[in-house]
Amino acid sequence: MNRKSYKGYVYLAPVLAIMLVFTAYPLVRAIFMSFCEDYSIINGSYKGINLENYVDLFKDKDFRKAITNTITYVIFVVPLSVVISLLIANLLNSHIKFQGLFQTLYFLPYVTSVIAIGVVWRWILHSQYGLLNSILNFFGFESIGWLTDRRYSMASLIIFAVWKSLAFDIMIFLAALQGISPDLYSAARVDATPRWRVFFRITVPAMRPIIAYAFVMGIINSFKVYNEVFSLFNGSAGPSGYNSAITIVFYIYDKFYNNYKYGIAAAGSVVLFLLIMFFTAIQRLPGRIRARKEAAQK
Amino acid sequence: MKSRKPTAIIAEIVKYVILVAGALFTLLPFVWMILSSLKSGSEIVSIPPTIIPTHFMFSNYAEAWQAAPFPRYFLNTVFVATVTTVGVLLTSILAAFAFARLDFPGKKIVFSLFMATLMIPGEMLLITNFVTVTKLKWVDTYKAMIVPWLANVFYTYLLSQFFSSVPEALYLAAKVDKCSDLKFLFKIMVPMNKNAITTVAILSFIGSWNSFLWPLLVTNSTNMRVLSHGLVRFQSEAGAQYQLIMAASCILVVPIVIIYLFLRKYILEGMAYTGVKG
Repeated sequence: MNRKSYKGYVYLAPVLAIMLVFTAYPLVRAIFMSFCEDYSIINGSYKGINLENYVDLFKDKDFRKAITNTITYVIFVVPLSVVISLLIANLLNSHIKFQGLFQTLYFLPYVTSVIAIGVVWRWILHSQYGLLNSILNFFGFESIGWLTDRRYSMASLIIFAVWKSLAFDIMIFLAALQGISPDLYSAARVDATPRWRVFFRITVPAMRPIIAYAFVMGIINSFKVYNEVFSLFNGSAGPSGYNSAITIVFYIYDKFYNNYKYGIAAAGSVVLFLLIMFFTAIQRLPGRIRARKEAAQK
Repeated sequence: MKSRKPTAIIAEIVKYVILVAGALFTLLPFVWMILSSLKSGSEIVSIPPTIIPTHFMFSNYAEAWQAAPFPRYFLNTVFVATVTTVGVLLTSILAAFAFARLDFPGKKIVFSLFMATLMIPGEMLLITNFVTVTKLKWVDTYKAMIVPWLANVFYTYLLSQFFSSVPEALYLAAKVDKCSDLKFLFKIMVPMNKNAITTVAILSFIGSWNSFLWPLLVTNSTNMRVLSHGLVRFQSEAGAQYQLIMAASCILVVPIVIIYLFLRKYILEGMAYTGVKG
């Protein structure tokens, strides 16, 4: 490869052309739109360039609710999924029977439509005829209005989301575990180190990069939660009349598609973008500090 | 083999109990969906619910299939997913080759920018893309559902990683034999990486099959609806007939589960690769 030529661009052309129109342009446009007061998508007119949309956004209690809900969702779903997945992946990686079968089953939620399986969860969580309440009744507990009582909206959403996100985490953890050198473990076996110690002293440190990756992907995807809410509450953001499960993307979509507030929707999407960048950066911080310390020690 | 201590046996049992419990939790919605879809209209609302249907109502599937234009939704979904997959494979293979094998001015910058777009939430682009599609007069066409998805950074990256691992000597040998780049790509590179390409094809097909928000946004007429959109509509129309709603959910879920069961090797390989190296 010693001859540079522009031929590479010919091969890149289709991808670059589509990305220019459907990624780069809309990105710039969304940022611009977020500063336009009363933007109209029909003729592109606006009243002025200012921060009005952002002010309106944060004044809106629905948006504040969307932010708290989304953060609550992230705080519960991501760590729960990572911890449970680590446990399951570890068990799957020990010498067990039917490993292939278990692996196949555990990964199933990853490939299924959120919408379809959300409809099924809606049925399982049905306050009157749902399976979950029947199980609760069987054990002598009262029925819970999972989808009808607004206090339980977020709990229902989190149960569904954890169920959905386990698959991806288990799979990448299992792949990483299979990649850890067996030599590390044989040393521990010679010393008769207890299992839990092996797990925290050898497995977890070796898995650190992949756990970090699972956290980043989990956070990014959780911030964009929409389909889960839509399917669980049949198109609304909670029991009718309430926005108890509204999320940032749900809010953006509602402002844009149902209320034609394009500027506010665009401002909401910029806030979403910043939040995702912020959390990704925070998450990477410990790794950076550690790297710096290690570099200092050397 | 040394004799096993009682604690080791208990640990072994606990291990299987956790694994089976987890598997049951994972499978629950699938099993409940199928069982519910086979119950009669009166049985589905019995309290407490029966687990196994007393009569297997396979007719629910026929009824759901005809109750809404599901055959049409099904064809739309298959068509959009297939064309998107073929298209995105083609563009990704070309771009991956450029990143893996060709040297061109500005390559580093283009690649960095390209990868940086992975950070942008697609939801941020929704409004403008909707406007673009409207201005192009693509609303309610297959084009609107397909074209914006014909470039994929992730698939391109994945393929370029695989293409990079093909020995450089092969490429140079092909050059000596006056084999053009394009010919080299499709006669040597692509067949050599057919597993990776199959992985991308399956991931793309499943992704397109399960997509919801964008098709919902850019289509208006019943004729253009895809399955996920159709299911949501059907749910509102069918009211309390949960056995039919569950049968309709099966129509959306089962084809992908079948693809997954037969081709899971490729999906798992792809996921493992992205997870570990990503």
